[in-house]
Amino acid sequence: MNGTAMNGTAVGDDVKRPAMLASVRELSVRFASPQGAVHAVNGVSFDLAAGEVLGLIGESGSGKSVTLRALMRLLPESRTRIDGSIIVGGRNVMSLSRGLLNEYRGGTTAMIFQDPSLALDPVYTIGQQIAEAIRQHLDVSRSEARARALEALEMVRIPSARERLDSYPHEMSGGMRQRAMIALALAMKPRLILADEPTTALDATVQIQVLLLLRELQQQMGTSAIFVTHDLGVAAEICDRIAVMYAGRIVETGTATEVLRSPRHPYTQALMASTIHGSMRGQRIEGLAGSPPDLARLPAGCAFRARCTRAQAGCADAVPELLPHAGHAVACHVAQATQPLRAVPA
Amino acid sequence: MSAVMQEAAPQGAAAMVEVEGLRKQFRVRGAGFGAPAKVVHAVSGVSFSLQAGQTLGIVGESGCGKSTLARLLMGLIPADDGRVSIAGANLSQDAASLKALRRRMQMVFQDSFASLNPRLTIEDAIMFGPRVHGVPPDEARARCHRLLERVGLDPARFAGRYPHEVSGGQRQRVNIARALALQPQVVLFDESVSALDKSVEIQVLNLLRDLKEEFGLTYLFISHDLNVVQYISDVVMVMYLGKVVEIGPAEVLYERPAHPYTRALLASMPSMDPQRRTLQAPISGDPPSPIDPPSGCRFRTRCPHAAPVCGEREPALVDAQSGGARAACHLLDTASGHPLAGKELS
Amino acid sequence: MSTTVSPIALPAAAAAVTPGYWSQVLRRLLRDPVSVLCLVVLAAIVCGAVFAPWLAPGDPTVGSVIKRLKPVGTPGHLLGTDELGRDMLTRLLYGGRVSLLMGTVPVALALLIGGALGMVAGFAGGRVNAVIMRATDVLFAFPSVLLAVAIAGALGAGVGNTLLALTIVLIPPILRVAESATTQVRALDFIEAARATGADDFTILRVHVFSNVIGPVFVYATSLLSVAIIMAAGLSFIGLGAKPPTPEWGLMLNTLRNALYSQPLLAALPGVLIFAVSLCFNLLADGLRSAMEVR
Repeated sequence: MNGTAMNGTAVGDDVKRPAMLASVRELSVRFASPQGAVHAVNGVSFDLAAGEVLGLIGESGSGKSVTLRALMRLLPESRTRIDGSIIVGGRNVMSLSRGLLNEYRGGTTAMIFQDPSLALDPVYTIGQQIAEAIRQHLDVSRSEARARALEALEMVRIPSARERLDSYPHEMSGGMRQRAMIALALAMKPRLILADEPTTALDATVQIQVLLLLRELQQQMGTSAIFVTHDLGVAAEICDRIAVMYAGRIVETGTATEVLRSPRHPYTQALMASTIHGSMRGQRIEGLAGSPPDLARLPAGCAFRARCTRAQAGCADAVPELLPHAGHAVACHVAQATQPLRAVPA
Repeated sequence: MSAVMQEAAPQGAAAMVEVEGLRKQFRVRGAGFGAPAKVVHAVSGVSFSLQAGQTLGIVGESGCGKSTLARLLMGLIPADDGRVSIAGANLSQDAASLKALRRRMQMVFQDSFASLNPRLTIEDAIMFGPRVHGVPPDEARARCHRLLERVGLDPARFAGRYPHEVSGGQRQRVNIARALALQPQVVLFDESVSALDKSVEIQVLNLLRDLKEEFGLTYLFISHDLNVVQYISDVVMVMYLGKVVEIGPAEVLYERPAHPYTRALLASMPSMDPQRRTLQAPISGDPPSPIDPPSGCRFRTRCPHAAPVCGEREPALVDAQSGGARAACHLLDTASGHPLAGKELS
Repeated sequence: MSTTVSPIALPAAAAAVTPGYWSQVLRRLLRDPVSVLCLVVLAAIVCGAVFAPWLAPGDPTVGSVIKRLKPVGTPGHLLGTDELGRDMLTRLLYGGRVSLLMGTVPVALALLIGGALGMVAGFAGGRVNAVIMRATDVLFAFPSVLLAVAIAGALGAGVGNTLLALTIVLIPPILRVAESATTQVRALDFIEAARATGADDFTILRVHVFSNVIGPVFVYATSLLSVAIIMAAGLSFIGLGAKPPTPEWGLMLNTLRNALYSQPLLAALPGVLIFAVSLCFNLLADGLRSAMEVR
C-alpha cells in the first residue's frame, strides 16, 4: 500500500515508492464559455510510479478526460487556462517547446482513444500509419519502420499481421481496430500510456480480450498507465490504484482493492451502489439523486454535498482536503470526522 | 390504457408480443467496381413470445441483429419473412394498420439527443404523437404535462425548453414521456440507458420499473449491458449473428447458461474485485461479420467445443437441461452427432 | 393515468421558459454590429424605393435637354442629372424599386420552388431523388450568367422575363442545398422516432424536416440575393432586362457609360448602390449564419 497524499503539499512523500514517473500538482483547467469560465479540473494532484496503473474514475463532467488531455497537452490553448504543474519523466510538460512536445507526444507518452475509427486515419493503411509514427520519432529506413510496424501488430496479437499491415481501418472489425490503435501507441515503447475509455466501445467478449492484452503488455514492458473509465469493473481488472473524481476534484484515492472494497467517500459508495449487478434483481436500487453541479457555477464547500445523504452544515464552508485516511486518502469532512485519522502505514 | 389492465389479468392469456420466423436481409454493394452485391444476414429466423406485463431482455454483441430486430418489430422496416403480432394484431406494412400499431407499441432510442428534433420544444416533441393521432391540442398538452410530471420533470420548468438545454438523463426522461404519450401497451427500449452515467442510469431504471407497474406495460429491453438486462428482465434472449442462441427465464439463464456463447458472454463481464481478476479471456476473436456468416452453427468459429457436425447442420432451439431455458446448440441434443453431446462440460 | 382523459387546468402558460429558436437567432443577429449596420443600410434603401413617389424631388422619366449631365451637388439636383437631363436622385430612388424587385423576387420564388423540390428529393430518396437531381444537374451544367442571358435573350427583354430567367437560374443551387440538408436530417433518429409515432410523410416533412432544413437554406438564399441583384443589373446593362425609360440601376449604369470620363462620380452612382446592396446582403448572410449556430 502506498500512502502518498494527493494534495499539493505532498504529505507523506517520504513514503518509499519506486521512482515517480509522473507527478501532477494542483492541476486546474478552465475553459472559456459564453456562460463564464467552466471549472473542469480544480486542483488535482497525484503521482504515478514507474510501472503503475492509475485509474481515473468518474462520471461525465468529472474532469477525468480533461485531466488526461492536459497531460498530453491536447487541450485547445487559446480557450483554456491551465495552472499547476505536470512533470513526466523529469520534464515539465507545461513548458515543452513545440519540437520537444512532438517528441513527448507519441514518444514518451502515447494515447489510446475510445473510438479507434475516429483516431485512425481512414485514408492510410494500418502499416503506413504505424511506420509513419515510428519514422517521426526514429531515424530509420522505410523498410525498417515497416518491419517494426509488423512487430507491433504481432505484439497485440492481430491474426495474420503481415496481411493486416496493408489493411485500411474500415476493413477491420472494432476489436481489431482497437488492437491496431494499441499497436500504434506502443510501437514507440512509451513510458506512459494515457488511455481514455479504451474498451468502452467494444463488445463484451472483445472488451475483456483487449483489457487483458493491455494489462499483459503494460506489465511486460513496465510501462505506466493512466486509465480513464467510468466502469468500476474495468478499473478492477487493470488498475493498481484508483482515483475517484467528482466535479474536477479527486475525492478519494488509494489502491484499487482499498477503494473498491472499502470506499470511504459517500460519492464512491454511491457509485458502487449504483453499479448494477445480478444480486440486485427485482430490488429497487436507491442510487444517487440529482445531477452533478454546473461546472461554471461550482458551489462553495464540498461540490458533492447537494447529493450527499450524509451532508452536514460544515460541508458548505470549505472544500474538503484530500487527507490520508484509513489506508487511503479521502476528501470528505464527514468521513474524516467520523473515523479517527490513522497514520498511513508505509 | 384500460385495455392493458384488462388483458394483463388472466393467466396464460394470448401473448402480448408474438414473433415467428422473422427474417431480414440487407443488400450491400460489394467492394470494388462491378463486384457482386453482398447480403447481410441481419435477422435470420427469430421467434419468441412474450406475455403481457413481462420484460424481455435482448442481449448480444454488434452484428447480432438486435437493432434490426427493434426496427422490424416497430414496423420501421419491412420484414422479408415472418410474422409479428402485437396485442393480438398482426403487423403489416399498410399505412392504416401501421398507424394503429404505433398506439400499441412505442420505442425509446439510444441517443437521447439525436432522437429529439432540436427545433421543437420538449412540450411540442411530446405532443407530436398524440396530435398525429388526432388528440385535440388541449388534451394533448394536458397529457404531456402529466407525463412530464410523472417522469420527474416539472412541466412549468421543462415544457418550454429545447433538447439542448437539458441534461442527458433529463432528455431520456423526455423520450420516455414521448413514448408513453400514445398510451402504448408495449414499449421497446433500444439501448436506452447505455449512454447514461451510472447514477443517472439507476434513476431511469427505477423510473422504468415504476412506470411498468403503474401503466401495466410490457417491455422489450435491448442492451449490451448484461448486468442491466439481468436486473430488469423476466426473460432473456441471447442473440448471435442474427439468430437466437438461447432464451429463458433470467434467473435460469444467468445461473446456468446452456449455450457456450452465453457462457462466454457471462464470463466476459469484468470482475469487480481486483483480487480476483479475470486471468484468461473466455473466447478469442471478434464476432464475425453478418455478411457470409459461418455455415451450420454461426458461433462455431469461436466456440471452444466446435465439432464437424457444427459446420454441417444448424442447431435448433431445444430445451436445455437447466429447465425453462431453450438453447440452440448440438451439445444439448444427444441425437445431434456431436461427440460431446449430452456430456457435462466444465 | 386514468382511462378518461380529464382536462386538468394547466399552469396558465407560465411554461414559457426560453424564447423560440428564431427569436434567439434574431437577438443574436442584432448583437452583431456589422449585421445591424447592413440592416440599417438596406432598410434605408428599401424605404427610399418604396416611398420614392413622396421622397423624390422630380419625375423619373421627364428630363430637360438643357440640364443634361449636371454634376453632383447642383442646386435643385442634389445628385446631378443624367444624360437626358433627368434628376439622378429621383431615378436612383425609383430605380431601387425595379432593381430590388428583380433581385429579391427571383430568390424568393427559387427558395419556394427549389426549397420544396429539394426537401422532397432529399426526403423521398431513390428514384424521385434521381429524377429531380439529374434534371437540376442539366440546368447546373451551364454557367449561371450564361444561362440567365440565354433565357432572357430567348424570352426577350422586360422585367417579367428577367424575373423568370433569374428564378430558373437560382432554383438549382437552392435545390441542391435543400436536398443535401434534408438528406442529413432524414438520417437522424428523431425522424425515425416521428415515424414510430405513426406520423405520415407529409407531417414529418412539414414538422420535423422543414424546421431543420429552413435555417441553412434561408442563409444560403440570403447570400444569393447579392448575386441576383448583380445579375439583374447585368442583364439590364446588356439590354436584356429593364427597358428604357424604366429607371433601373443596371440600365442607368449602361446609359451613363458615355459620361464616365466627363462625370465619373455621376456615372458611378448606380454602381455604388448595386455594390452596397449586394455587399450588405452578403454580410447579412454571414451574420445570420453565425447567429444560427446556437449552442
